[in-house]
Parts: sequence; structure tokens; C-alpha cells
Amino acid sequence: MLQIGPYHFQSKLFLGTGKFSNFDIQKEAVDASETEVLTFAVQRMNIYEPNQPNFLEKIDLQKFKFLPNTAGAKTAEEAVRIAKLAQASGICHMVKVEIIGCDKTLLPDPVETLRATEMLLEEGFIVLPYTSDDVVLAKRLENLGAHAIMPGASPIGSGQGIVNPLNLQFIIEQSEVPVIVDAGIGSPTDVAYAMELGADGVLLNTAVSGATDPVKMAVAMKLAVQAGQLGFEAGRIPKKTHAVASSPQEGLGL
Amino acid sequence: MDVRINGNKMNIPQDVNTISKLIAHLNISNPVIIVEHNAQILQKEDHATTEVAPNDNIELIQFVGGG
Repeated sequence: MLQIGPYHFQSKLFLGTGKFSNFDIQKEAVDASETEVLTFAVQRMNIYEPNQPNFLEKIDLQKFKFLPNTAGAKTAEEAVRIAKLAQASGICHMVKVEIIGCDKTLLPDPVETLRATEMLLEEGFIVLPYTSDDVVLAKRLENLGAHAIMPGASPIGSGQGIVNPLNLQFIIEQSEVPVIVDAGIGSPTDVAYAMELGADGVLLNTAVSGATDPVKMAVAMKLAVQAGQLGFEAGRIPKKTHAVASSPQEGLGL
Repeated sequence: MDVRINGNKMNIPQDVNTISKLIAHLNISNPVIIVEHNAQILQKEDHATTEVAPNDNIELIQFVGGG
């Protein structure tokens, strides 16, 4: 069971809703993933094409907890404005602070992320900051009162998986609030690895929406979360530098 | 009357005088619409009672796919 603020989740997989080829595939993938949390972005409407299909049309609004992100914000103030706009919809439960500080790498701006987290917590939001895998920053965010910490595995959409497992491990070990590994996940291997490191959950998007078969990949990710979680709980054997036989070496002595 | 919607100047009929009427006038069918009226974020229940006046600045916001 994963708890974030007042919310309890059976599933430890959060799914983004970007870049699916169509909304039917998206709905199938969402259902197949068995996620309980969906993320999305906030954007100005195109008033000249007001009848363009919207991804929410296929989504049962009662079935999920919604985690809008503040993508597009460059400052804490912009992130707070986006969060308040999302909240005014009446359907959102939490907010993912996402303040990009570098257009090339899409890595988050640590200073603005910290400021936005503090401002949103003061306003009473359930705040999940997307952050780099900086161990000290993660602790600072937790100390402010963030309801979960979401360190990136690698740059957004890169599919590179976990590039600094040691930092993630440090963040997980020190954290008293849930750690959701967010961004950069490419394959079920990455998801299982994050969970084996002790993460409380994984947030991914492109790894599913960009897969050749998004629905099948959604199932794979669901199972990877479960496999990694079980592996973490079971306790893996320590790595050794030398072979240790698993069969008797004597044989029949012939 | 002239209003500014999402940064674009637009002329709307005089009887389109509330936010709810404006949303209907623009034929917006999104399941979720968020409105910022003269830099004030409106709650959904206030759409019907918030009046639209000439030169108002209105932002119509939606949710889109994202991660």
C-alpha cells in the first residue's frame, strides 16, 4: 500500500498521458496498467478549434486520482499559477511541481522547485516535486513538507533508465516520505530496478505511450513494479567477486 | 463587445454576458474547462454568475496529455 498525503493506492505505478497515438489506445493502456494515478499538463485552449478531442473524454473521472504537472513553468510563481488553475477544475487531487531549468536536458530548476514546493505547501496543496537525483535537495524538499519526492531516473523522455542508482538509493534510504522515481524510464528493467532499490513507486509516460505496443508495455510495466517490489522485499543476495558453487563439487568421485 | 480571449481580440454578441454563455457561444465541448477572468481564477460554480464586460481579459485553459 502506497500512501501520499490522505490518499492510499494499491498500485505503485503512476502513468502519464502524453503522446499516445490515439485516445482509444491510451484508454486501453491506462486500464491495462491498473494505475490509480494519472498525470497530465495544463494548457491554453485553442479557441479556434474548440471541438478537438480531449484525452479526458475517454477517462472515467471518478476512477482515478489526478496529478496535474506544472510543465511550462520556468519560475515558482508560474508553477503556483498553473497549480491553482488545475485546482479550479475541481477534479485534481495533487500537484506535480515541474519547473524545467534547462531546455536542452529538461532537468528541473532546483531553486525554483524548492520555492514552488514551499509556496504550494503553504497554500494547502498535496505537493509532489519532480527533482533531480540530488540527495541533499531531496532532503530539503522533504523537510519543507513535500508529500512525496520524485527524483528523475534520467532526463525526461530519454529512456536511459536509472543512470545514478547510488544517488537514488541514498534518497530512498534517507526519505521518510514516499519516493516515486520519475522520468527517463525506458523499459520494464528500469522499473524493476527502481523498485528493487526500494522506491515506493514509479511514474512513467513515454516508455508506454512510445512503445510499439503501448497496451502490452503497460502490462509489462505493471508486472515489473510488482516483480521489483517483491524482489526488494525478498532481499537479494549480496554481490560477490568470486563464484560460489550452488551444487556440490564432489560429484560421485568416479 | 470586444474582449480578449487567450490573447486574441474577439468580438462577441452583447447577450454573451456571462462566462457560461461565452463557453457555450464558443462551442467548447471539453469535459473540463478552467477560466481565468481578468487575472482571477474562477471556480467552476462561478462560471454562470461571472459577468463578461467589454475589454475583459479571459483565459480558457484545458488539460492535455502530459507526464
